[in-house]
Amino acid sequence: MVYLTRKVEFSASHLYHNPALSAEENRRVFGKCNNPHGHGHNYSLEVTIAGEPDPVTGMVLDLKELKEILEREIMQRMDHRFLNKEVPELQDKIPTCENVARLIWSLLDGKIPSGTLHRVRLYESPDLFADCMREPAPQGGV
Amino acid sequence: MAAVPFTLLGRRYRFCASHRLHSALLSEEENCRVYGKCNNPHGHGHNYTLEVRFSGPVDAATGMITNLADLDAYVNERVIEPFDHRSLQDEVPAFREVVPTTENVCIEIFQRLKTYPHAVLEAVRVEETSNNSFEYARGQRGSRHE
Repeated sequence: MVYLTRKVEFSASHLYHNPALSAEENRRVFGKCNNPHGHGHNYSLEVTIAGEPDPVTGMVLDLKELKEILEREIMQRMDHRFLNKEVPELQDKIPTCENVARLIWSLLDGKIPSGTLHRVRLYESPDLFADCMREPAPQGGV
Repeated sequence: MAAVPFTLLGRRYRFCASHRLHSALLSEEENCRVYGKCNNPHGHGHNYTLEVRFSGPVDAATGMITNLADLDAYVNERVIEPFDHRSLQDEVPAFREVVPTTENVCIEIFQRLKTYPHAVLEAVRVEETSNNSFEYARGQRGSRHE
């Protein structure tokens, strides 16, 4: 098995606010992320595809195809957008790194023409990321 | 709708510390041969990067596996405060008998963080320099700690 990873970067704004909680609770739970005007990040997305290289082309998946899928499914939806308001799937969710990574997983799963979607890693900043995988990696590792 | 994927939260921290690699089980000559420059009796230091990965359900009300403020406070109290700007073998009791290689630093950090009450610690990865990194993950066998 070979693992191929493609990275794309997008910039977006968001805020964390749960209408079921009081204003005070929102501030306590979400801190600065509850600022009503939102704030932004440069997100870095790594998408890993697992598969065997094609005997003719030597590729697990043509990177051009993956690039087009990421452009269509992720970049056009999220780049330079306010995630809470402009991404319908996030309207009733808190757009945390975990939830955005899960949405990206669901947008890509089933659309990869060869190989299988192995991992989505979304960095909200260099020090914070979320990973999505089909199942836990053996022994918790990568 | 696809099944909900297994999700991890990853967080990075930094600390600076010195260490000396020296085993009481080896002679002076063997220590010098095995550890090379890292056996320098006065020690030397690194800028370490610590990466931790936690799993758990994503809370529907907060969208989080764990609140970062809780996680940061826990890691700072248990790892960053006791390790940062310290001499590992002189100031961290766990390394008085155990050689503070980054393999052992990973295992020690795992032991210190595995009791985090709000999520399950899946893996600890430590970069000793930008060229060397070490990882210790849950459920691994063959370690002295398991």
